Amino acid sequence: MTASAAQPLLSVRDLRIVFDGRHGPLTALDGVSFDIAPGEILGMVGESGAGKSLTGTAVIGLLEPPGRIAGGEIHLAGQRIDNLPAEQMRRLRGRRIGAIFQDPLTSLHPLLKVGDQLVETILTHLPVSRAEARKRALDLLKEVGIPAAETRIDHFPHQFSGGMRQRVVIALALCAEPSLIIADEPTTALDVSIQAQITTLLKRLCREHGTAIMLVTHDMGVIAETADRVAVMYAGRIVEIGPVEEVTRRPSHPYTAGLMASIPSVHVRHEHLNQIDGAMPRLNAIPPGCAFNPRCGRAEAFCRENKPGLPLSGHAAACHFPLKEAAHA
Amino acid sequence: MRDNVTTLTQDQAMPQPVMIETAPGDDIILDVAAACCRFDVSAPALSRLFSHEPRRILRAVENVSFTVKRGTTFSIVGESGCGKSTLARMVVGLQRPTEGKLSFRDIRRADGTIGPPRVQMIFQDPYASLNPRWRVGDIIAEPIRELKLRSDEAAVQQRVGDLLETVGLSRTDASRYPHAFSGGQRQRISIARALATEADFLVCDEPTSALDVSVQAQILNLMVRLQKEFGLTYLFISHNLSVVRHMSDDLAIMYLGRFVEAGPAEQVFTQPQHPYTRLLLDTIPDVERPNRARRPMSGEVPSPINPPAGCTFNPRCAQAADRCRVERPELRQLGDVRVSCHFA
Repeated sequence: MTASAAQPLLSVRDLRIVFDGRHGPLTALDGVSFDIAPGEILGMVGESGAGKSLTGTAVIGLLEPPGRIAGGEIHLAGQRIDNLPAEQMRRLRGRRIGAIFQDPLTSLHPLLKVGDQLVETILTHLPVSRAEARKRALDLLKEVGIPAAETRIDHFPHQFSGGMRQRVVIALALCAEPSLIIADEPTTALDVSIQAQITTLLKRLCREHGTAIMLVTHDMGVIAETADRVAVMYAGRIVEIGPVEEVTRRPSHPYTAGLMASIPSVHVRHEHLNQIDGAMPRLNAIPPGCAFNPRCGRAEAFCRENKPGLPLSGHAAACHFPLKEAAHA
Repeated sequence: MRDNVTTLTQDQAMPQPVMIETAPGDDIILDVAAACCRFDVSAPALSRLFSHEPRRILRAVENVSFTVKRGTTFSIVGESGCGKSTLARMVVGLQRPTEGKLSFRDIRRADGTIGPPRVQMIFQDPYASLNPRWRVGDIIAEPIRELKLRSDEAAVQQRVGDLLETVGLSRTDASRYPHAFSGGQRQRISIARALATEADFLVCDEPTSALDVSVQAQILNLMVRLQKEFGLTYLFISHNLSVVRHMSDDLAIMYLGRFVEAGPAEQVFTQPQHPYTRLLLDTIPDVERPNRARRPMSGEVPSPINPPAGCTFNPRCAQAADRCRVERPELRQLGDVRVSCHFA
């Protein structure tokens, strides 16, 4: 629907990430493919260990040994980036791909004033003078909604509250006008009322600057509020991808359906919550066939032998027996 | 004091079980009356002397009163720093109230004994609350041995096995170490350890916020089942409104150490009276209504050392009038609900 219209900004194909361990290689990511269109917010949701953060790490080129890309390709605006030399990747990071991480206190340098951190980043990536960089830093702080930005620019990170710090981190990510931002759990460390401020801000900036965002989170609520499309991950694979309204309202993969049903509602009180029994398999014990089959109520012998594929279309599920025919756009 | 009340304000308050038949309707298990908890966070006396700084008092919990009925769940909701965890610590006795008192009423247990309820706590982080060097069996057996609840070792092991099965683990798990378990399973172990004391009252401080949603559902279902089976009473602390909605019979919304709204959960959720409650309900992400337009609450929680004058919520409140900036609203009874707002 969205992805096929023009050339995608980010295109990931059959990405496979392997960790070499003492007991042989562990496949952490297995055949992950997705596109992000310019200006689009793609949510990546899944439980801990499903591989959502790893996907973001691979895209931004921060995968550390023993993890390695064992297959597949990553293209940014048509250019292949997964095999770039480290130096070229370093220049691309920050300039064309920005990053926002979960804990704003650890992603800011505690001994540098926030203004200096912004100026340094701007000077690294853009051919401007120091004075221009400072003016740009001030504009950015105003844009992310920091009150009294003129004085706050000379404050240290510890003088800011959690929500304000995350705004500074967003300003840092926006410094060089990247076309893609990887936001890994950007609101998880914040209170609900602050969380809403930050997601609203992200969404507004994404619209105004035409920046695409890959939003990695475990919180389906944040995805539903913020993303245009959502990819649900399970045991290193994408099990369902599609527009957020369709996936949340009419999930097609049994795992997504179970996940949606296990979220307690704020509107009605149910006697019993739907639960998916068991737990996600460990990486060294991923069952053959569909990885979800031991926990799936619809699994048949076929599921235990054949790995389901994921069609690259509007709303698709990697399932042999999807709950409904996914609506294809 | 020789009545059927255990008072935590007294230093050596030993429970004095008195044979008093509790009236059928009067099944209150915990009574918190005007409890306050203040911390002195002033600079050291000498530096205060030189810099002429005044003493600084952090009012973590201010004038909080509520009762919890036996076999029900009372939830406390609020953002970080609102005092909900301090209140939980006061209830389990880890923190003494500066003013006011918290008292547990004696209860009649299933085995016929009468006495104050046994109180246990379930912590947020199941990775930090279990000793990594102890086997699960020993972790659960510790309170049984310490309180001498079983006479011999065979009975202790039997009880440990039963408890593991009660929380959905297997008997053989007793010989494994905590690292072999996932987050959800560890939280089950914490629950088993709390139940090992034959607890009647569990204080659960964010028991599922470190867990994934599908695992959260398993733990919440387990807690509901145990409540029915053993008649447990929960004091449930959370910032997650949808979890609170699922679990609570009664709830209180806290803001800067005070209750702003308290009452039956159903009523607070369907007819929120206080602007803060309304805003909280409005800002939580809703999976049932994706991409709805919402206006986020402006501002942040002010510092509890220097709270705003008048109503503490006034800087963030859209309805705030001059009166709100001067006069602090009392917690007033409006039907079944108590609200502290001049305009409720």
